[in-house]
Amino acid sequence: MYPSNMMESIKKVEAAREANAVLEPARMTAEEKENLLSTYHPDYKQDEFDILKVGPNKGGKVPKELAAILQAHSRINPSEIDLSKVDYDVDVLVIGGGGAGASAAIEANEAGADVMIVTKLRIGDANTMMAEGGIQAADKPNDSPAIHYLDAFGGGHFAAKPELLYRLVNEAPEAIQWLNDLGVEFDKAPDGTMITTHGGGTSRKRMHAAKDYSGAEIMRTLRDEVLNRGIPVVDFTSAIELILDENGKAAGAVLLNMETKDILIARAKTVIIATGGAGRMHYQGFPTSNHYGATADGLVLGYRAGAKLLYADTLQYHPTGAAYPEQIFGALVTEKVRSLGAKLVNRDGKVFMHPLETRDVAAASIIRECNARGEGVETGSGLGVWLDTPMIELKNGEGTIEKRIPAMMRMFAKYGIDIRKEPILVYPTLHYQNGGLDITADGMTTNVENLFVAGEAVGGIHGRNRLMGNSLLDIIVFGRNAGKNAAAKSKETKVGNLSLEHVNAFAKEMEAAGIKTDMVSPKLLPDYTHKR
Amino acid sequence: MEQMVNVFLFGKKYSVPAELTIMRAMEYAGYQLVRGCGCRNGFCGACATIYRIKGVQELKVCLACQTKVEEGMYVATLPFFPLVKQVYDINEIKPTEQIMMQLYPEIYSCIGCNACTKSCTQELNVMQYIAYAQRGEFEKCAEESFDCVMCGVCSSRCPAGISHPQVALLARRLNGKYLAPKSQHLADRVQEIKDGTFNELLEALMQKPVEEMKELYNNREIEK
Repeated sequence: MYPSNMMESIKKVEAAREANAVLEPARMTAEEKENLLSTYHPDYKQDEFDILKVGPNKGGKVPKELAAILQAHSRINPSEIDLSKVDYDVDVLVIGGGGAGASAAIEANEAGADVMIVTKLRIGDANTMMAEGGIQAADKPNDSPAIHYLDAFGGGHFAAKPELLYRLVNEAPEAIQWLNDLGVEFDKAPDGTMITTHGGGTSRKRMHAAKDYSGAEIMRTLRDEVLNRGIPVVDFTSAIELILDENGKAAGAVLLNMETKDILIARAKTVIIATGGAGRMHYQGFPTSNHYGATADGLVLGYRAGAKLLYADTLQYHPTGAAYPEQIFGALVTEKVRSLGAKLVNRDGKVFMHPLETRDVAAASIIRECNARGEGVETGSGLGVWLDTPMIELKNGEGTIEKRIPAMMRMFAKYGIDIRKEPILVYPTLHYQNGGLDITADGMTTNVENLFVAGEAVGGIHGRNRLMGNSLLDIIVFGRNAGKNAAAKSKETKVGNLSLEHVNAFAKEMEAAGIKTDMVSPKLLPDYTHKR
Repeated sequence: MEQMVNVFLFGKKYSVPAELTIMRAMEYAGYQLVRGCGCRNGFCGACATIYRIKGVQELKVCLACQTKVEEGMYVATLPFFPLVKQVYDINEIKPTEQIMMQLYPEIYSCIGCNACTKSCTQELNVMQYIAYAQRGEFEKCAEESFDCVMCGVCSSRCPAGISHPQVALLARRLNGKYLAPKSQHLADRVQEIKDGTFNELLEALMQKPVEEMKELYNNREIEK
């Protein structure tokens, strides 16, 4: 149900629909993209970033909100923690219960390691669960891992670490096969051919999907497998500091029961950080498509223990967050809507860009359309442009929306909007942390031994922008990789005396740098109480 | 002045803006949620909620993140429900009728009351997918249950003690692994990669200077 001011604009969108549907808008040139990004993309707003004063990335720039939690106090006073009372003693400790953590745990278990997952909410409360559109893999005859590499490398502004991207694309088909063998249901034709589509910036149709519940289907299957294998999952328990041994190697974590506030000690031969992203930090005041716990905890844990960050100054704003109604403000509208043929249309019914540019370009283009060009629609809580969903059925026939994107149909139907007949309003939403902890191809951090990282907490796999469908892929490829290697490393590791001296050292460095703050970190959960 | 409504959170009255979801209303009232809150977007099933509007007989269920408050709404959340999940080895079991009989025999005690379907927060035909599971029709069970978010409300209403979401998950895994058609192109590509078919090509790309990569990227052919 749209108010009258929107209905006037919708009439223009409807009038232009048939012509717009057959239109093939030009793609932007490299130069046009560069100009657009530097003028309108939030990553380029210099006053929204701070320079780090302490830690391994001292002198580097990160979003203000991230700088504040990286340079905050620990939640513990190390002198009050008794490290001799060990509550959990395992080979491999996985911090985080999303897709990367679950994949890592399954492979560590498969390798014969004693592995445990600790997660601050429930296993499966993760961005993986909310990934809608799909997962990339070059498994069609007209495609190859090399073409996938070029798409991802260019889409990420030629900044990805080549050895990480090599692994991502070359192990992608096997990742799909592994999931399929676990029982994940992919959309297939009757002869078994995977039904694949384009994503923004892909040059081949390699997006595999499970309707628009792709991540949910993967996550619930991985969770079921973790439970079938009897891998212990300590839920509603967050890691609040890493523990190192006297040689500076990762050796466990200090845990906090989120409900009773009890402090627990986990000792481990190797540790995997799989804590996910940071949408709930609301960088630059943006709404987010992320789950409740996405607060960059792993970056804080790793940074305080001496691990380096890579590209922590770059975030992904998904071009199509829901802009209306207010109840779902910022919620993800999957890129698959555009893959299936819906175009972005302004207030006057004009198609203003090719719908499948990369996400950073599409987001910047929408921001320009709304703000600089004044072609956005007033939503009550800001501006938005139309995503003309009825085009999908015009192009692919009636019933396509219900079959291919049922979650989108349901999300808007709850507020009286039938996306088969009416377009929807969208505006960029904070979606993905492109940067994170710096790792080598075996998944271990570059400078803290026995500390592995997987999933969104890693930086460098995608460079400075990520393509749709490469994140579900990365949690599987690098989750499995970290699990296997952390298990192997645990077999040759003998843990020394546990220590929190790095926490004291970081505090001293902060004091010496003159940092005064009341903040403690990791943040763990956002505070939305009262009117915040 | 924004329009306010009265809601009763666990019986206690709060005045909250009318446009809020139940989840946002709880936070507006001052609750810092730990349980009962996950993706906040209708995918994770963490926020199953039971409510009744004052003066109305019918008991309703919903996801708190997907439902607007109403005047006189009495709300109780269901952040955890003890579903029964049986443990199995996916590589050992087979997609036969017997497997349901072995793992989830209680589905054969369904009395057909349809309380599960009536309570589904995703408006799925739950009783129908259980019927498919009873008959070993796993493909149909998988399709019918596909949008399940495992919130557990159906099971909380079931007089036969069935854990519907777990039955459906088993059916989907059986279907995905054993019954759905195999993808030959996928198997072929995995084999090619094992044979090292693309290693040289990829390694060559990794060595190229950025300018050359830009040239390749900006002029690559894009499939229609």
